[in-house]
Amino acid sequence: MTLNRSFPLAALGLLLGASLAQAAAPAQPKLIRRGAYLVSIAGCHDCHTPLKMGAKGPEPDMTRMLSGHPDTLKMPPAPKLPEGPWGWAGSLTMTAFTGPWGVSYSANLTPDKETGLGSWTEAQFLQMVRTRRHLGQGRPILPPMPVQNLQLVSEPDLKAIFAYLQSIPAVHNRVPVPIEPAATPIPMH
Amino acid sequence: MRALLLPVLALTPVWAKAPAPPRLLSQTGLYAAPGVVAARNLAYAPQYPLWTDGAAKARWIHLPAAIDGRDEAGWVFPVGTKAWKEFAFGGRKVETRLLWKTGPRTWVFASYAWNEAQTDAVLVPEGGLPDAAEVAPGLRHGIPSRADCRDCHGQERVEVLGFTALQLSPDRDPGALHGEPLRPGMVTLKELVARRLLQGARPDLLTRPPRIEAEPATRTALGYLQANCATCHRADRPIPGLDLDLRPQAALRTALAPGSFPVPGQPESRILSPGHPERSALLHRMASRNPVAQMPPLGTVRVDRAAVDHVRRWIADLPLVPSH
Repeated sequence: MTLNRSFPLAALGLLLGASLAQAAAPAQPKLIRRGAYLVSIAGCHDCHTPLKMGAKGPEPDMTRMLSGHPDTLKMPPAPKLPEGPWGWAGSLTMTAFTGPWGVSYSANLTPDKETGLGSWTEAQFLQMVRTRRHLGQGRPILPPMPVQNLQLVSEPDLKAIFAYLQSIPAVHNRVPVPIEPAATPIPMH
Repeated sequence: MRALLLPVLALTPVWAKAPAPPRLLSQTGLYAAPGVVAARNLAYAPQYPLWTDGAAKARWIHLPAAIDGRDEAGWVFPVGTKAWKEFAFGGRKVETRLLWKTGPRTWVFASYAWNEAQTDAVLVPEGGLPDAAEVAPGLRHGIPSRADCRDCHGQERVEVLGFTALQLSPDRDPGALHGEPLRPGMVTLKELVARRLLQGARPDLLTRPPRIEAEPATRTALGYLQANCATCHRADRPIPGLDLDLRPQAALRTALAPGSFPVPGQPESRILSPGHPERSALLHRMASRNPVAQMPPLGTVRVDRAAVDHVRRWIADLPLVPSH
């Protein structure tokens, strides 16, 4: 589907020559700036940039910006949850969460090729949003990720977000895979 | 500039928007009369069927011209190809899925839900139809969304997954899990060649039909993984960050690669751990229907017990260093 739309545009660019291609180049910084703005207001940093303790309390660790749950932080087994209405708990970094869905860790969104989005294509990113599935094909994306909100974002804005995420510093950080919930479901009500 | 634009715009109908699928299954070309499949549509049965909660399946394909079979692993279907797959549970038809190639790179996906009287089926909304039929006490089969269809059949290069050289090979695996016998009239490689519906295939395709070369238990296991897992787990459609290719020629190499993957309570677990089914994430995920672990992640709500039992035995007997 992407090809259908992009091919005539690509052909148009070839026909009109280098002047248009040069004119298109400045659009990328603008796209990235828009992506940065969207990532900022959408709250992506809230869970994907780990908190560290600073002089004034918890603050985002910008050396690990958007790199998800730190692989250097070895988590003990998740605490046993009470029987409701309290339902979930989170780590002090705000990157690990336990609830009725199991234990989930916020993903590495930096362009690291092995552990982040560096090997992703834009189409795969869009597919991930469209399907609400991990890697665009696997398990459902887990709470507390508000992927349903991301699905309301327009395709141009999603492309801007992806362009921004591909432009930030890569952080090599292999986020743990999620842990299944205990065999006995926790009563929800 | 306008003169330059016109030739480009003239190209666009080639990539014109795909047509909408018909509202009723009876309008798709499957039937010549109510309940009578049109003679131009060929019935077939893959030797390694996909597990769908134990559904009984029937499949047909319409080929308006020959398949380009030069790439044995990736046949290119002619424009106008239609493939249907009917799913029945407990003797009642529940859904029929349609794949329809409407242009060189465009496919229409559609699912049809059968009516109570079993006389026709109605187009399902794009988002699918949950709870379409009970397949076991408390478990209900949902008709997948069109996005789900694309997840398995491909985004840009779509394939008719059960209609491949290996799946239609007359050299059928006698141990294939849930293997269906070829009924009279079903199309195989031989019929495709005889009807000139397969062109460009290697000349010895019929004397040396595709086969998974392995001892029987491995042949069956790899055939099952090919049908149920390798539509997503394959190197030519890489899933980012997961170097796993479960097609027969690569399955053992990539699944045995170093690295870990969690099986609850098994700190030494890997994707495939020879001699240790309990440490093998592949088996754990096949046997799970917890959304975090389930594989395949869609299209099934019941564990395939026969497959789990076979794969468990196969892993237990798997030599530490595979011979191929």
